[in-house]
Amino acid sequence: MAEFVMPTLGSDMTEGTLVEWKKKVGDRVVKGEIFAEVDTEKAAIEIESFHTGVVEQLLTKPGERVPVGRVMAIIREEGTQAPPTIQAAASPLPLQRISPKAPVSSLHPAPPQIAAPDTEPGRRRISPAARKLAGELGMDPAFVQGTGPGGAITLEDIQRNAQTRRQQPSTPPAFAGETGDRQTKMRQTIAAAMARSKREIPHYYLSTTIDLGRAMTWLQEENLTRPVADRLLYGVLLIKAVALALRQVPELNALWKENTAVQSPGIHVGVAISLRQGGLIAPAIHDTDKQSLGELMSRFQDIVKRARTGTLRSSELSDPTITVTSLGEQGVETVFGVIYPPQVALIGFGKVVERPWVIGKQVVSRPVVTASLSADHRATDGHRGGVFLSAVDRLLQEPGQL
Amino acid sequence: MPDEIRQTVLCLLGEIAPEADLTALKPGVNFRDQLDIDSMDFLNFVIMIHKAFGVEIPEADYPKYGTLNGCVEQLSDKRVT
Repeated sequence: MAEFVMPTLGSDMTEGTLVEWKKKVGDRVVKGEIFAEVDTEKAAIEIESFHTGVVEQLLTKPGERVPVGRVMAIIREEGTQAPPTIQAAASPLPLQRISPKAPVSSLHPAPPQIAAPDTEPGRRRISPAARKLAGELGMDPAFVQGTGPGGAITLEDIQRNAQTRRQQPSTPPAFAGETGDRQTKMRQTIAAAMARSKREIPHYYLSTTIDLGRAMTWLQEENLTRPVADRLLYGVLLIKAVALALRQVPELNALWKENTAVQSPGIHVGVAISLRQGGLIAPAIHDTDKQSLGELMSRFQDIVKRARTGTLRSSELSDPTITVTSLGEQGVETVFGVIYPPQVALIGFGKVVERPWVIGKQVVSRPVVTASLSADHRATDGHRGGVFLSAVDRLLQEPGQL
Repeated sequence: MPDEIRQTVLCLLGEIAPEADLTALKPGVNFRDQLDIDSMDFLNFVIMIHKAFGVEIPEADYPKYGTLNGCVEQLSDKRVT
């Protein structure tokens, strides 16, 4: 028997709310397959199964808030016998219902299922403005029927739902409203993680200016050969260069655990993605160093899209070994990042700008970018940090090799 | 024809930035100055234009598609030719 527990999807997560099970009792589930959808302070996340077997029991009901580590389901692994039934009441800690006094059915004339599936099962698309307004109103979008493309929840859907709620003044708030809106929760979550980072991690900062002339020229020529749907963004070159540089300085590709830095066998770069309604999330692109630029671009596109539609997977949030953030499009030249614990480093890229640059004895105009490293002084020192930034620079001078 | 193109472009923009109030969009002002879109969004917009109109858009021409008027002008020209 295997226990399916509420996973931790980053150091800032303490609990999650089950939105829906993707399997029912008796169904077969394969390791890595989506088993549940869980709402966190940051986003709705698709949780993958850690085991292969048959679903024996579902101990948590949709709408229940579950602390990290709590058993949510029992999976009978292949080759084992069915055990006696385990009662949900036997759970070691009482399951906490967020709003027992606010039954879902009281919110709508025709009570919808929690996280009623849109046109694509398991996906719940919502526009950033709609999510923002829902947050401001303390409304959980899981209860709103989307009428946009592909069943997406639009601003109008939220407004219409709010109007319905106004016409029912005695209606208690949706369960998310009791614990504060998502925006507030997200800020609190980020605040907790960043405060912990600044409190516990002795940061040091290094930066270097990198000539991107060769990389941009190579990219322009490369994109001429690619159909529009396969073209690359320069950000992909930066991510790949970081991933390859980590092979040379693996101390930065580590997690701080029990007073020691543990190097990760895989390089899973977390890419910081700003959410239009505010806040950010940094899911991992697994095995970043092993992807071709085309594959990396495709995965980057996919992960940005899913981050903004609330369909990230649990492993993408739990596995980053380092974070890359780029604020160049906001006009920022230099990033002084705050490390996301338990990671031990963060790489920032600023805006690509034309600057006078000396090549030989000539002063020429070159596109340059400032790359910065925020690193944990417990795990590395400035010397290794400097070696890492030099490696990133060197790799970007040979873009064809990335 | 320009109206048809304009409507299609607005429809595609609506998919890229579903939160945007496109009725307030200024046709001569760059999308990125009016909508909260980044380079990834813009690339996706160009891909959608390519698919919807069947036109090739070299990377060097991206800036020409940065406004509603620009899109209409470019796409009208390509349809005539």
